[in-house]
Amino acid sequence: MNYFQLFDLPEQFELDLTELGSRYLALQKRFHPDNFAAGSERDRLLSVQQTANINDAYHSLKQPLLRAEHLLALRGLKISNEQRSFTEPAFLMQQMELREQLAEVPEQTDPEQAIADIEQQLLKQRKLLQNALSQALSARTTEQNQLAAELVRKLKFFYKLQQELELIEQQLQD
Amino acid sequence: MAYSNKVIDHYENPRNVGSFAKDDPTVATGMVGAPACGDVMKLQIKVNEQGIIEDAKFKTYGCGSAIASSSLVTEWVKGKTLDEAQQIKNTDIAQELALPPVKIHCSILAEDAIKAAIADYKQKQGS
Repeated sequence: MNYFQLFDLPEQFELDLTELGSRYLALQKRFHPDNFAAGSERDRLLSVQQTANINDAYHSLKQPLLRAEHLLALRGLKISNEQRSFTEPAFLMQQMELREQLAEVPEQTDPEQAIADIEQQLLKQRKLLQNALSQALSARTTEQNQLAAELVRKLKFFYKLQQELELIEQQLQD
Repeated sequence: MAYSNKVIDHYENPRNVGSFAKDDPTVATGMVGAPACGDVMKLQIKVNEQGIIEDAKFKTYGCGSAIASSSLVTEWVKGKTLDEAQQIKNTDIAQELALPPVKIHCSILAEDAIKAAIADYKQKQGS
């Protein structure tokens, strides 16, 4: 299913999230199972199915990485759920170092400052990758799509790092 | 999800955690990652003149299964030739640790890590 078509939005990475939100609410309202309570069983089932589709579509488009994955899938490049290992040594070395820095945060003299510094770094890296991703996806060529897929993979590592960072932040506060 | 006893054992008492000096010519490093879960794995081997893996170390940031898989592999490769180590299959790791289907990718990661380390060694030796 093409989620962009479902919301009648242009098939591109840059998306107006406010517009997406309002179209989501409008569709939700239109297909809400309550509207079909008096309808045939088939209509009732269809509305439940449609509501589920709308929810899936909304969550996929709202989140930049899932949106990029969906766009790539529409272009014939399926990368969600792929199991193959990522092997770029320099990138992985950097990931390892960031993980190590995070792990050492609690022993720093000023853990809060240390974590804020790492968060800044992560934010900067994510922005760089996301800008590159946006550019690659707008080119619509096989080569750039492949590059976009690689950028999505890298961004996933940074999202994971952010999650880890938030976990440590919470532990510090407790 | 319930981990098997073997996974818990490796997770709680990981074998061979750490790093060798990277500039040591007898040391090779394999780095792999799994984008889906953000796991990162580093596996290093120390190879002697006979082409036998004398020692191995790992460092893994990931779930219990990923840590257990890499810990197990460092144990398995010790004393093996590079060719023997190359034969280690993820299915052997998954079976030994009784990994559930959703964690099979952790064993794939460990297999890829040892393969990457062997490739790095061969490249370093220029063969």
